[in-house]
Amino acid sequence: MWSIIKRFWHVMRTPSVHYSLGFLTAGGFIAGIIFWGGFNTAMEVANTETFCISCHEMRDNVFAELKSTIHYTNRSGVRATCPDCHVPHEWTNKVARKMAASKEVFGMLVGSINTREKFLEKRLVLAQHEWARFKANDSLECRNCHSEESMDFTRQSKRAAEAHERFLVPGEKTCIDCHKGIAHELPDMKAVAAAQQ
Amino acid sequence: MKYLSISIVAIALLAGTAFAEDKIATLRDAAITETLSPPAMAPAVNTHLKQVRNYPEQPPLIPHKIDGYQVDLNANKCLTCHSRAAVGESQAPMISITHFMDREGQFLASVSPRRFFCNQCHVTQAEARPLIENTFVDIDTLLKQ
Repeated sequence: MWSIIKRFWHVMRTPSVHYSLGFLTAGGFIAGIIFWGGFNTAMEVANTETFCISCHEMRDNVFAELKSTIHYTNRSGVRATCPDCHVPHEWTNKVARKMAASKEVFGMLVGSINTREKFLEKRLVLAQHEWARFKANDSLECRNCHSEESMDFTRQSKRAAEAHERFLVPGEKTCIDCHKGIAHELPDMKAVAAAQQ
Repeated sequence: MKYLSISIVAIALLAGTAFAEDKIATLRDAAITETLSPPAMAPAVNTHLKQVRNYPEQPPLIPHKIDGYQVDLNANKCLTCHSRAAVGESQAPMISITHFMDREGQFLASVSPRRFFCNQCHVTQAEARPLIENTFVDIDTLLKQ
């Protein structure tokens, strides 16, 4: 093993015999562009609703539930698709989430939620992962569209305005603390403390 | 003669159908064979102000929207604000103590299963034209009469 590493190191250190410096530089540059473009394109493809619901686990469970909610159909026709809420929009965080998602790919391969029963059994755990993520990033994915600064409390109902003034503005709570189960059905909440529902 | 009786029967049948359709028309306003487009849904009253009960035992009306509220075996969205533990934070009225009673009148630690489904009794209101006239008078008005 050590000798292989040593040989590789030796080859890498030796100047090229057959190819010019210009060729190697330009070649490396072009290969870099292709790699980077390909990487981002692949990531964008994996960041679409079509990709998400290509697995029946998503299509038959969570996506089916989303369809009747306001984030899917509403008066103004703006739709939030899966990645809008479940994948950070900023590049670094997006890549970090994508790496964490490799565990979900593994789960898909071994079929950890490939039946409705398995999904229902695991749904509380899955939901708690998302709630924890939203809590940790201060509901970033909500705030990508619903900005606190742009919220006109006078245009909200009295109940909503009061709650937002009391809890959202002082930063005491974040969106997900109150707005759970708005795009998907809630799991069995008996195990969740009353104050956190 | 035969033809006459047949046509009389036919007329009688037709008249019968027409009569039946008239009866149906009181609320439905169209023949049963027709497919009607339902009236537009009126938005729920969203004033957040308590409404007067028409009689003391009336379940209080819900003075806010409840669109998409999940009330099932898994969760009860109403109780996230109206449960005993939550009212401190939400400042919503707590569910009545009667909701903790089972059918023998014994008080339980939390909401009795038979009182779990809020919408069985509590409903929102809409600014909609009544389909039929309502002649209800509340007890105070009745006593004065």
